[in-house]
Amino acid sequence: MPRLVRLHVNGQVHEVFTPPHRTLLELLREDLGLTGTKHGCELGECGACTVLVDGRPILACLALAVEVEGAEILTVEGLGRPGNLHPLQEAFMEVGALQCGYCTPGFLLSAKALLDQNPAPSRQEIHEALSGNLCRCTGYLRIVQAVERAAVKAR
Amino acid sequence: MKEFTWISKPYPRVDAEAKVTGRVRYADDLVLPGMLFCKLLRSHLPHARIRRIDTTRARSLPGVLAVLTGKDLPAHKFGILPTSQDQEALCVEKVRYVGDPVAAVAAIDEWTAEQAVRLIEVEYDPLPSYMTIEDALFKEGEPIHAQGNVHKEVSLEFGDVATGFEEADYIREDIFLYHGSAHLPLEEHAAVASYEPGDLLTVWSSTQVPHYLHRTLSKVLDLPMSRIRVIATPVGGGFGGKSDIFNHEIVVAALAMITGRPVKCTLTREEVFYTLRRHPTLMWVRTGVREDGTITAMHFRAILEGGAYGSYGVATTYYVGALQPITYKIPNYRFEGMRVFTNAPPGGPKRGHGTPQPRFALECHLDKIAEDLGMDPVELRRRNLVAPHTKTVNWLRITSCGLAECLKKVVEASRFHEKHRRLPRGRGVGLAVSGYLSGAGLPIYWNDLPHSQVHLQVDRSGSVTLSCGAIDIGQGSNSVLVYTVCEILGVSPEDVRLIVADTAITPIDLGSYSSRVTFMAGNAALQAAQRMRDLIAAAVAEKLGVPAESLIFQGRQVKVGGGEDRALSWREACEVAEARYGLLSATGTYTPPRLAGPYKGSGVGPSPAYSYSACVAEVQVDEETGVVSVEKIWIAHDIGRALNPLLVLGQVEGSVYMGLGEALMEDLSVRQGVIRVPSMLEYKSPTVKEMPEVEAFLIETVDPEGPFGAKECGQGPLLPVPPAIANAIYDAVRVRIDEVPITPEKVLKALERRRKGEEGRFGPGGFPAIRFKEPIRVAPPSPSSAGRVEPRP
Repeated sequence: MPRLVRLHVNGQVHEVFTPPHRTLLELLREDLGLTGTKHGCELGECGACTVLVDGRPILACLALAVEVEGAEILTVEGLGRPGNLHPLQEAFMEVGALQCGYCTPGFLLSAKALLDQNPAPSRQEIHEALSGNLCRCTGYLRIVQAVERAAVKAR
Repeated sequence: MKEFTWISKPYPRVDAEAKVTGRVRYADDLVLPGMLFCKLLRSHLPHARIRRIDTTRARSLPGVLAVLTGKDLPAHKFGILPTSQDQEALCVEKVRYVGDPVAAVAAIDEWTAEQAVRLIEVEYDPLPSYMTIEDALFKEGEPIHAQGNVHKEVSLEFGDVATGFEEADYIREDIFLYHGSAHLPLEEHAAVASYEPGDLLTVWSSTQVPHYLHRTLSKVLDLPMSRIRVIATPVGGGFGGKSDIFNHEIVVAALAMITGRPVKCTLTREEVFYTLRRHPTLMWVRTGVREDGTITAMHFRAILEGGAYGSYGVATTYYVGALQPITYKIPNYRFEGMRVFTNAPPGGPKRGHGTPQPRFALECHLDKIAEDLGMDPVELRRRNLVAPHTKTVNWLRITSCGLAECLKKVVEASRFHEKHRRLPRGRGVGLAVSGYLSGAGLPIYWNDLPHSQVHLQVDRSGSVTLSCGAIDIGQGSNSVLVYTVCEILGVSPEDVRLIVADTAITPIDLGSYSSRVTFMAGNAALQAAQRMRDLIAAAVAEKLGVPAESLIFQGRQVKVGGGEDRALSWREACEVAEARYGLLSATGTYTPPRLAGPYKGSGVGPSPAYSYSACVAEVQVDEETGVVSVEKIWIAHDIGRALNPLLVLGQVEGSVYMGLGEALMEDLSVRQGVIRVPSMLEYKSPTVKEMPEVEAFLIETVDPEGPFGAKECGQGPLLPVPPAIANAIYDAVRVRIDEVPITPEKVLKALERRRKGEEGRFGPGGFPAIRFKEPIRVAPPSPSSAGRVEPRP
């Protein structure tokens, strides 16, 4: 039976009437129109749908919307906007850490979770934090550089 | 030399901000009012006759608006190549691979569409299936297509191979196998169609080839092209995997026409695995060399496992043989190639299109020859390198060529000679070189028409509207177009509004494949911008009473040169020009020169310019587990000119990454017609943890025909990576793995064989006994035409 869920997304409260089996990914993209969160598999394999729930990266395709009721959810739309970008977004642009851009929102949020916990991560810690996100374009090197650059900038 | 403002500078890509803020609209992000969702019913059998399809139960499910079978569509087959029109949007008589679509549903939501698909009843009569090259060639039974299981056979001889082998002091033969791999773009294919009164069909699709999709929709739906609008949405990764026409693109259009409502279809990840794969290719190569290492003759044979349909396969078959002579002078060369149908997903083009397989074979084979001759593998290659501005034995025109410099660069940077055969056991270095096309010289449909076109419009506000049919698949074509126009007109990216890949309003570009967009659309943009500059310069010159040639377009100004400090702002200049000439419009066009040689089959291989790469890999091999870890890659790429070094290095590194995946782990194997691992978790691809350090060098040779001298970079740098890794493994542990991917099991087996005193090798044991048809014999270009290449008229 559908039920009403209250979700805190990017600082705004949304009330959505939804069946309990609806995933957070479906709800974000289809009910709230937040299409910045991508899907690459809907099986928890690619990391493209990574969002932050109370600061922790989760795969929105594996979470039910009802499970995250009341938590603070951050998607790429809430990370920064044109003219007021997050340092990670700036760094991704500057070092060329994106090509097709499809995996980029997921990487940005995994990286944000890392830097929020650990403002000066080692390269190995960056690798660990990003190892659940797949990218087929860049070869990852510039993504890692971008995270390092953003970490330096934020300090 | 002129200092550039926008070219050769590492500016971020023009779509970077939209991409980092999640504001780019990919195909599946589109939602239209009243939109329906489509799901396809796909065959679970590899080869079967369709006896009956009953859609009654599916139709009666509430929420279902339409159920479609092949019989509801006009009986026109399609295929990307004019010679291989062998596919149906929905199969009518038979299915040819697990995953071949037989019916489709449009429903109010995805869940209902899925339920309805399960209610469709299909009765099949199974047919004997062909799972391997050997099955396809030798098994009895009804073939997959009426023409038989041999899709294409090629047999070409350039020069005189028999004499060439007689002149050789040493001859070696080897057999190699390159397994199939997946493109695995992060974005799953998606298409949305909308049908408006007045027969106006619009299809949005994540496609690399909007123009060919436009053509195909017109053919299969019996609609004139003028009634169809195809909009390619920004592509979330292609690598060739979105360069064909796919069933769902036609099906959503048909369903939109039937229901009168917009229809979307997004493939699941599993369905994406079943779209296309790199051709598994078995190869045999025989080369004769003199004592000093110079090649006297080469004979190359290949069999491509083609899967169920033609796709680009005819071209792929030729490509497997075409590019060996662009890196080495091969005076006598014979190529025999065959593509066979099997009951598997179709083989299609993937990054390097038919050339990574033979490049792997060739570079490993040459490494063995160098070893046999006791020669330095660098020296062996140096003695055979092609020279710039020459023609190859198979009539390919080489213009700029920085291969020697690429080779020198990676050998020095990696300290190859200090390491090769000198590192401790388990550690090794390997080398390979390669070359690739900057766009196919001939179009898919043979005609004299331009390959790329650009339109520019400028108005009194100073706004520049730039339109082109090219689609950005992540390679950065949008940035190339915008920065080229900014460079010539002296404006900034914020002055330019870019409209791409919309067949209703953008001029035709053939598509984002064969590494053609920077070269061809870049040249078209350059010409359009130069014409626009000339137009505005003429008006400004008249107004100011100065010669038009003296005007400088820079920094959003049109300045009078020669020490004068008079200038008009860009906006003022546009106003003057619009007042003088009316609507300011300019077009640019690029058509490659006629490059095909005088023989049948010469259409595949020619390109207006070739890029070159050289690679050294350093590896560590664990002899206990067989695990190979790549410690570092050095790669040098002859790019002609790097229009944007940031983007070029991204392409080079991305190519290295993909080559690394194919070399060590990516294997899209099919068992009994079913893909063994159709998931991103089990289909192994490198994560950030497997990616080694890459030191990349860009070599600029400033090609005479490339825009600002640029050549391609999106595909070529993949090619030398797998053989460099295989050669490094030999250097590390003295075993030859003649088959990619080089998995730990293969390394262990080869090590075990070596320990038993057998040949330390893992690879295919033989090549099927096929009698290829008599070759077309082609005389090499005469020495005079092999000299300096004449400039274009």
